[in-house]
Amino acid sequence: MNLKLKALTKSLWVYHLCVGGSCNNCDIEILDLLTPRFDIERFGMMLVGSVKHADAILVTGSLTLKSLERVKTVYEQAAKPCVVIAIGACACGQGIFANGPNTPNPVDSVLPIDIYIPGCPPKPEAMILGIVKLIGKLTGKK
Amino acid sequence: MKHLFNFLIFPGFLFTATVGLVASWIDRKVTARVQWRVGPPWYQPFIDLVKLSIKEITVPKDASKPVFFMAPLIGLSAVILSSTFLWLANIELGVSGFTGDLIVILYLLTIPSIMLILGASASGNPLAAVGASREIKLLLAYELPFVFALMVPIIKSNGLLKLQDLIIFQAANGAFVSNISGFLAMIVAIFCMQAKLGLVPFDMAEAETEIMAGVYIEYSGMLLAILKLTKIMAMVALPLFLSTAFWGGFSILKYVALLVIIILMRNTNPRVRIDQALRFFWKKMTFVAVIAVLLAILGM
Repeated sequence: MNLKLKALTKSLWVYHLCVGGSCNNCDIEILDLLTPRFDIERFGMMLVGSVKHADAILVTGSLTLKSLERVKTVYEQAAKPCVVIAIGACACGQGIFANGPNTPNPVDSVLPIDIYIPGCPPKPEAMILGIVKLIGKLTGKK
Repeated sequence: MKHLFNFLIFPGFLFTATVGLVASWIDRKVTARVQWRVGPPWYQPFIDLVKLSIKEITVPKDASKPVFFMAPLIGLSAVILSSTFLWLANIELGVSGFTGDLIVILYLLTIPSIMLILGASASGNPLAAVGASREIKLLLAYELPFVFALMVPIIKSNGLLKLQDLIIFQAANGAFVSNISGFLAMIVAIFCMQAKLGLVPFDMAEAETEIMAGVYIEYSGMLLAILKLTKIMAMVALPLFLSTAFWGGFSILKYVALLVIIILMRNTNPRVRIDQALRFFWKKMTFVAVIAVLLAILGM
């Protein structure tokens, strides 16, 4: 494994992007990852406030028409290389809002999503497993 | 050639950065342990910098590009220069330094904050502008008591303005911190150091939760790595300055003691508002610092 890839996977700073219609339950579960029980800082992951500092964008919620353009702008502003992780049923498929008139587009029609973590909301263990799988995909190891 | 070596490798850039990376790891690890977490591995600050330096640098459309690019570099070179001066004053006794280098270092340690203000204002982001305005107010707040506190060693040593003379004077007559005036001045200087480092009770310029990293918001990639490195190196330079001016020169034990004070203060306090910080520094701290100066004039 070369140093660049190791640096990227060992220090994954995440930016938390809630796209419009959402019950915020996934967001609360993401914050659980920072608590003493799970503590993802031991893997070098940190929650950052600006998308320009981020290496991974965590997308939650179902994409509304209003937030469509904003989501595109946020992704374009991110400093590459940057991975996108969809968290929760709404962001993976369209969840309970699949037939909603205000949420006609799935998130992956706008953003290139690298990994899907389903669940409503997914447990913190599931999110950690998802990130382990993502790192395996990036480094090419099973 | 020797000066270049001093500046870039031994007491300057490389050495101070290494010490600072270790110190910032200790900071993060102790913070994690205080919060009952495990905390990152020892190489984490280093690998963060490596990762930031391989990432893309995004430049905002409205940014004033020369200032946006130059500000982090000037801030870093100022902090390298001040830490080189401070290490040399402690290592090469009787050789390095010049009369008045205390004042030069006082100015050099202000440059990173000013460059941060300039860089944030040049980025054209409204949240960065809010952060810059807070940083300006904080700078105005802590500089006044800091200068008063630094007058105490100068008065007590009958007007010595050279760091080495201060160290030699303290070796002969005992450290300033053992007197009551020096002790009060040291307390004031520790609070000012916390504000200069931008750590938790006084981190309103980069408040993650309200203004999304504030002054740092538009910086990414290598430039963000340089800004982080500046902060990490200031974490070495400022305790070094304090132990030189008040505590009779550097030793590892003194550095660790000051680092522990910084970390404990950071972990036991909430972030204050900017008006509370201004009131704290201009009323309480300046009052204590003026008393320390008066006591020093009376010879206590």
